[in-house]
Amino acid sequence: MNAPQADHLKAVSDAALGEDEQAAQNYFDQLISEDSRVEPRDWMPEGYRKTLTRQVSQHAHSEIIGMQPEANWITRAPSLKRKAILMAKVQDEAGHGLYLYSAAETLGTPRDVLNQQLLDGKAKYSSIFNYPARTWADIGAIGWLVDGAAICNQVPLCRASYGPYGRAMVRICKEESFHQRQGWEILYELSHGTPEQKQMAQDAVNRFYGPALQMFGPPDEDSPNSKQSMAWNIKRFSNDELRQRFVDMMVPQAEALGLTLPDPDLKWNEERGHYDYGKLDWNEFKSVISGHGPCNVQRMQRRRAAHSEGAWVREAAAEYARKMEAHNAELIGA
Amino acid sequence: MSDTTQNTREWPLWEVFVRSSRGLSHVHAGSLHAPDATMALRNARDLYTRRNEGTSVWVVPSDAILSSDPDHKGGFFESAQGKSFRHATYYTKSEGVKHL
Repeated sequence: MNAPQADHLKAVSDAALGEDEQAAQNYFDQLISEDSRVEPRDWMPEGYRKTLTRQVSQHAHSEIIGMQPEANWITRAPSLKRKAILMAKVQDEAGHGLYLYSAAETLGTPRDVLNQQLLDGKAKYSSIFNYPARTWADIGAIGWLVDGAAICNQVPLCRASYGPYGRAMVRICKEESFHQRQGWEILYELSHGTPEQKQMAQDAVNRFYGPALQMFGPPDEDSPNSKQSMAWNIKRFSNDELRQRFVDMMVPQAEALGLTLPDPDLKWNEERGHYDYGKLDWNEFKSVISGHGPCNVQRMQRRRAAHSEGAWVREAAAEYARKMEAHNAELIGA
Repeated sequence: MSDTTQNTREWPLWEVFVRSSRGLSHVHAGSLHAPDATMALRNARDLYTRRNEGTSVWVVPSDAILSSDPDHKGGFFESAQGKSFRHATYYTKSEGVKHL
């Protein structure tokens, strides 16, 4: 079906002269206007390559950092079943990170460079992961609201014009729906338990609802890069369109939980056929994304520690591979 | 020391192909980094078959794959173009005749 995606795959050139840049740009424009896909070895504008490298690698970093708030709860999950589920979910997040790094690499930046950008604090990741998971109910709210917002954002990305990104998103979206349902079920169990448990669920929803809506990014008028991303068929819907879609889906789901969403301005608008919702706290968003959230420092410290504590494993594996290769070469030479 | 340089170098890239069930071909699933073929195969299992997506997995060093050049796709695939007589639909006289 799909050709291998590594961009450094050797190519056999069947002509001595390359096409000139303008012809290449025309071909790229044609692919985009036909809503076709761009593949790794195609010519693409530098801006397209840069935008995608940044977006896909930030997305990968988010998956990797996103393991932390949930991994903190593996040992404290209330039953063996919940521990097993949570471990599977955290493992999925690692997998999603790796799919995305693979896709990002096809754009020409090596994996270790991308990883180093995260470790050096030069690359951003989704600011939602700078909030702590304070109670078990937060694990439910993260699954339902955070993964729910991620799905809403990611389903249209399955049709992104860059082939490897779209293919990675298809795989990810399939797996995310388990994440959202298990989160909703955690909240359902709590909201149908004791009054204290129900309150715990409500508190978690109150904490995560606003930040989850901010995951779609700033309002359209403050999102200057969106236009270009949409022209390139990377992004299919604007931030506000996706946010609206998400709010409309969440209201009945919250009702089914017997919980409320923390927004006094939330109400059905007959004329628009959508729910109206209140203003979000964009100052908080800016402050968290620029490093002043409750857990930014902790998340980065943990990531760096995990990387350096794992160094001996990487070194041992590489050394073993080197020795085996030398051993085999000796046998062949004998 | 040369060993240190060796160890800190990035693990090579492998392409992963998965056979989803018996009777079907292996299909490209994605890529991963691993120090050697055995680890590549294990990582491929963990990364691409967490939900029974496969009955068999191949891993291939990425730099062992030779690919056609997309910049010259017109020329490279030219001989297949304009030869509609290679398709059954080219032959229309037999319309209405059964089992043909």
